[in-house]
Amino acid sequence: MVKKTVEGSFAVAEAVKNCEPDVAACYPITPSTHVAEELASFYANGEIKEYIATESELSSMSACIGASAAGSRTVTVTSSQGMALMHEAVFNAAGNRLPIVMIVGNRSLSAPLNIWNDWQDSITERDSGWIQIYCENGQEATDAVPQAYKIAEAVSLPVMVCFDGFYITHAVEPIDVPTLEEVRKFLPLFKPAVKLDPKNPISMGEYAFPSHYQLFREDLHKDMLAAVGKVKEIHDDYAKMFGRSCGNGLLEEYRSQDADIVLVSIGSVCGNAKEAIDQLREKGEKVGLVKLRLVRPFPYAAVAKALAGKKVIGVFEKAYSLGAVPPVYGEVLAAVADAKAKPVISSFTGGLGGKDVTVGNMLELFGKLKQGKKLVEWV
Amino acid sequence: MADYEPLFSAGHTACAGCAMPIIFRQVLDITGPDVIVVNATSCSEIISSGYPRTAWRVPYIHSLFENTPAVASGVANALKAQGNDHTKVLIFGGDGSTYDIGFGALSGMLERNEDVFYICYDNEAYMNTGVQRSGATPFGARTTTSPVGKVHHGKEIFKKPIVDVVAAHKIPYAASASIGYHMDLAMKVKKALPMRGSRFIDVFSPCVPGWGIDSAITIELAKMAVDCGIWKLVEYENGQFRLNFKHAQRKPVKDYLLKQARFKHLTEQEIAKIQAQIDEEWKKY
Repeated sequence: MVKKTVEGSFAVAEAVKNCEPDVAACYPITPSTHVAEELASFYANGEIKEYIATESELSSMSACIGASAAGSRTVTVTSSQGMALMHEAVFNAAGNRLPIVMIVGNRSLSAPLNIWNDWQDSITERDSGWIQIYCENGQEATDAVPQAYKIAEAVSLPVMVCFDGFYITHAVEPIDVPTLEEVRKFLPLFKPAVKLDPKNPISMGEYAFPSHYQLFREDLHKDMLAAVGKVKEIHDDYAKMFGRSCGNGLLEEYRSQDADIVLVSIGSVCGNAKEAIDQLREKGEKVGLVKLRLVRPFPYAAVAKALAGKKVIGVFEKAYSLGAVPPVYGEVLAAVADAKAKPVISSFTGGLGGKDVTVGNMLELFGKLKQGKKLVEWV
Repeated sequence: MADYEPLFSAGHTACAGCAMPIIFRQVLDITGPDVIVVNATSCSEIISSGYPRTAWRVPYIHSLFENTPAVASGVANALKAQGNDHTKVLIFGGDGSTYDIGFGALSGMLERNEDVFYICYDNEAYMNTGVQRSGATPFGARTTTSPVGKVHHGKEIFKKPIVDVVAAHKIPYAASASIGYHMDLAMKVKKALPMRGSRFIDVFSPCVPGWGIDSAITIELAKMAVDCGIWKLVEYENGQFRLNFKHAQRKPVKDYLLKQARFKHLTEQEIAKIQAQIDEEWKKY
């Protein structure tokens, strides 16, 4: 295991390549373009068998649907408008139970046009039937890739590996990328239970009458809920083999076990949250962080456990649901709804479209939480 | 014939007299079972694949309306990666997905020259949603979105020349055919099937309720369209254009038009305009 000093996008692309997908189908979009470019370089060198340079993201996802249905491991990469354009095929991939892996460099949605980071692109697809893993840094994103394939193929559901645009996609960090040989020991060959095969003809993507449609959706929902266990199991196996973990695979508790005030968040901003917590801890303040890794399926039980007995909770998210409570905040409310002692739970939406979120901002946020009043605001 | 088990089986729910299942059978009779069918959302998907039944005795996938060429690209690339050089990837799409909503994906597939054989069954409107005009609807035709009113009188523009547009991508094979001339269709499928790269055939496919015709005259009408010259049988083979059928004497378009309710409202001037357009077109040959 050797750490390379490398841009997050390149490390993630190398991890994808080492999972040996048959077919990559990509279209360029900021800030995930470097992943697509690197995959094209691997193809040019014969290290990925097929690379389809599609004419749109909708076609990228559609090509993945075809390749996966034909029994091949497949990948696409996107951000923002690209994912919005894919939307119809994103739902279709999950409904057809195809274990596609999509690398997402998270970015805001237009209008106004903005190329910088928030999570609105993938958060908007949260009801699509895709498993969503969010990563704090390049190492976590790189490690999530082989796990994503293993999860997807185990539960026949597609997986998004989400990492913050620019903050992680373009940040150069020391990253240990699992080698081809290492990944082979962890990730078995893709052997789909069913595929498009003239020797055994099946029909895929049929249409369903009212007598059956809801049954398909209900199955998908139940299997999504049940996938929480598989995500954790595969994370734990990976941690054993590679010596790197991300909390318990569902969330990471950072100095939160004995904390009175806990912040809940996702992704790269958790780095600054941790720094703020360290500073406050030095002053004797009992503060901590619960970093969500798995957002779909939402790990309600794990979140409830991590937040049990907390007096004050704040959720910071780079996402919104216009005209309603923000999405992650809503999930946290649901997770602690049955708790005996009712905590004060505040919501902070911020960092949208690349708006800077500094350690100082995090200190301010903890200052607000310390007042013990419920706040729902954009910061 | 008693043992004939078509790869597109009986029991589908297409209307009596629909040309589309005839086209599917004709094509699959030639390809045989070593194919994967990718189907666009359309009447064809609805009449053939209502869960838990299927009319397809070959592997079949339907994904969406506009993405069929991209799905087929994915299938073709997967087969290539798996070292499978024999299974053919076949698209069946209607004119709505081909001419309109899936046109970007089609152009992308053709530009990449994906190893996919595309069959468009062209019934000249969105029939699945109840007869709305598409880019394939001919001049003058009444549809629910090109209605006949006091000011506007059916579709006011001519049909998109899809075969020429497809051929402009310089793919190995692009052709038009009609179910009324099924030997010509069979010849074209046989010729294109073994080729590598993108192949495309636009097949004239009468629609009984959409066109307002007697279900007994599907094939006859598909012949008449060719005989009056409103539909041409052509092919571009490796860029080389060929007219497959030239009339000894071209029939007037009026007889063809008046067989169909969609053209019933046409005035003599409008019929003359359509005839003039056909005459102009045929000056090229």
